[in-house]
Amino acid sequence: MRTSRLAKTNYTILNAIILLLFLFPFLWMLIASFKTQVQVLSPDYMFIFSPTFKNYMAVFLEYDYLKFIWNTLVIALVSTLGSLLLGLPAAYGIAKYKMPYFALTILVAKIIPGITYLVPWYILFNKAHLIDSYGGMILAHMVIGLPFIMWVMIPFFEQFPKEVEESSWIDGCSKVRTFAQMVLPVSMPGIITSSLLAFIFSWNNFMFSLVLSGEKTKTLPLAIYNFMSNTSINWGALMAAACVITLPVIVIAMLAQKYIVSGLSAGAVKG
Amino acid sequence: MIINWIDRHLKWVFTLPAVLFIILMVAYPLVYTGRLSFYEWSMSAVTPPKWVGLDNYIALFKDTRFWNALKVTFYHTSVSIVLQTILGVGIAVLFSRKFKGVRLVKTVMMLPMVATPVSIALVWLLIYEPSIGFANQVFKWLGFETQEWLGSVTQVIPSLILIDVWEWTPFIALIVIAGIATLPTDPYESADVDGASSWQKLVHITLPLLTPTIITAVTLRIIDLLKTFDTIYATTQGGPNFASQSLNILVYDLAFQNFKLGSASALLVIFFILILSVILVLTSIRKRQEGRI
Repeated sequence: MRTSRLAKTNYTILNAIILLLFLFPFLWMLIASFKTQVQVLSPDYMFIFSPTFKNYMAVFLEYDYLKFIWNTLVIALVSTLGSLLLGLPAAYGIAKYKMPYFALTILVAKIIPGITYLVPWYILFNKAHLIDSYGGMILAHMVIGLPFIMWVMIPFFEQFPKEVEESSWIDGCSKVRTFAQMVLPVSMPGIITSSLLAFIFSWNNFMFSLVLSGEKTKTLPLAIYNFMSNTSINWGALMAAACVITLPVIVIAMLAQKYIVSGLSAGAVKG
Repeated sequence: MIINWIDRHLKWVFTLPAVLFIILMVAYPLVYTGRLSFYEWSMSAVTPPKWVGLDNYIALFKDTRFWNALKVTFYHTSVSIVLQTILGVGIAVLFSRKFKGVRLVKTVMMLPMVATPVSIALVWLLIYEPSIGFANQVFKWLGFETQEWLGSVTQVIPSLILIDVWEWTPFIALIVIAGIATLPTDPYESADVDGASSWQKLVHITLPLLTPTIITAVTLRIIDLLKTFDTIYATTQGGPNFASQSLNILVYDLAFQNFKLGSASALLVIFFILILSVILVLTSIRKRQEGRI
């Protein structure tokens, strides 16, 4: 009896330590975002200090982060919607009509390193005047969102019972309407999972912005990176900016925990 | 009328837009890259691309930076994957028991994966900062000598590996937890009858049954590890002294710092082939494993 209670306490402590290790960098980021430069630089103020909100003021007033938030939001939202618009019907078509080559193309598009097409895009986008344009950024981000959404949705549509669809067709309902009014509502969990992750991938994307964006369409990850290339780093403001970028993603992840976990491991368990 | 027409050609109406998009944005650029790898060009509007045959490839194989990048990529990927697989499976086994707060645990473990990689990288930059960082502070408390971390040629890759292990161990753990939940109960019941210890059950039943799941998780991680860009670029840009210049960073530098688009394209072709062969090898291992069970 006593050993089992001891084992249980040890188990709880071990769990708590593991959780703390995963949380620590986030806590550190949050703590530093409320410190002045002097407090960041001195070990005397490691955990105890009087918090300042100046960093957050600087991020929004001095560094104009509202503009970067807007850019990131527009690009992430529109590219996710575009990916859904193209991806949902295509995933349905591939699932219903068994098109293995199309499915393979999608898989390859999902696996290739982004930088492989970044070089040709840079050349072609330059010719088409798409560098530093919302259109160009949205197209680029759709290349991540579209294959991912299709990858998650194809197995979903494959599981939809054929008999239900066929009886709906016999009742005189068009195939398009059957898809929109019967298949899509039932597939909502998959749609939520894949679009939330497509949104997060776009929100977080750094490499495409680094090459394809400019002053007009700069997104948050690039903005915070540029912050650092100043000669001396203003750590407090940098961490405040990092908190601003990370917060929305963390809120989404916490509200939709179940969906995110299943999306991140999509295809892994089933194979 | 139009609905009728769409219904008759649903297969194509539904799939072609997406496929055309992929051809335009992915397939065509790939072919373009392949072609460009036989040319020399610096994006100048005045001088057109010049055909050089296999020269870009030959030059790459003679370039020490290429071999260095290959070594860096291999080092970073292999050590990271071994560590996060061991830790991930361990944590999964630990957390697969039912206890209060499973939801909290899963939420916390998800955060490193979904948080913006650049901001994560910058937090670690602060933690690793030699004079003010938390890492050296801990070392001082423990009485160790302080370290250079990302600033040292020998420590930079281990420091980057630690970031990746922190960020992605949860990925392996969450997939394995999901895998454990689907395991059949019969083997455990008969093992209980035979009086097996929980360690024996873990080694002889749980781990063998989980092998295909673990291999899939490892495959997905290796593909992403080979492509690591954000974390490395935001912390070191490939430095110090090229010690963390992976293949991905080298391509970026060749293309967008040196504007050697031909060499960059040749390297991309090699990179692409490398990733494809890794995937083929790992999927065939997985198939063989599944056949055995």
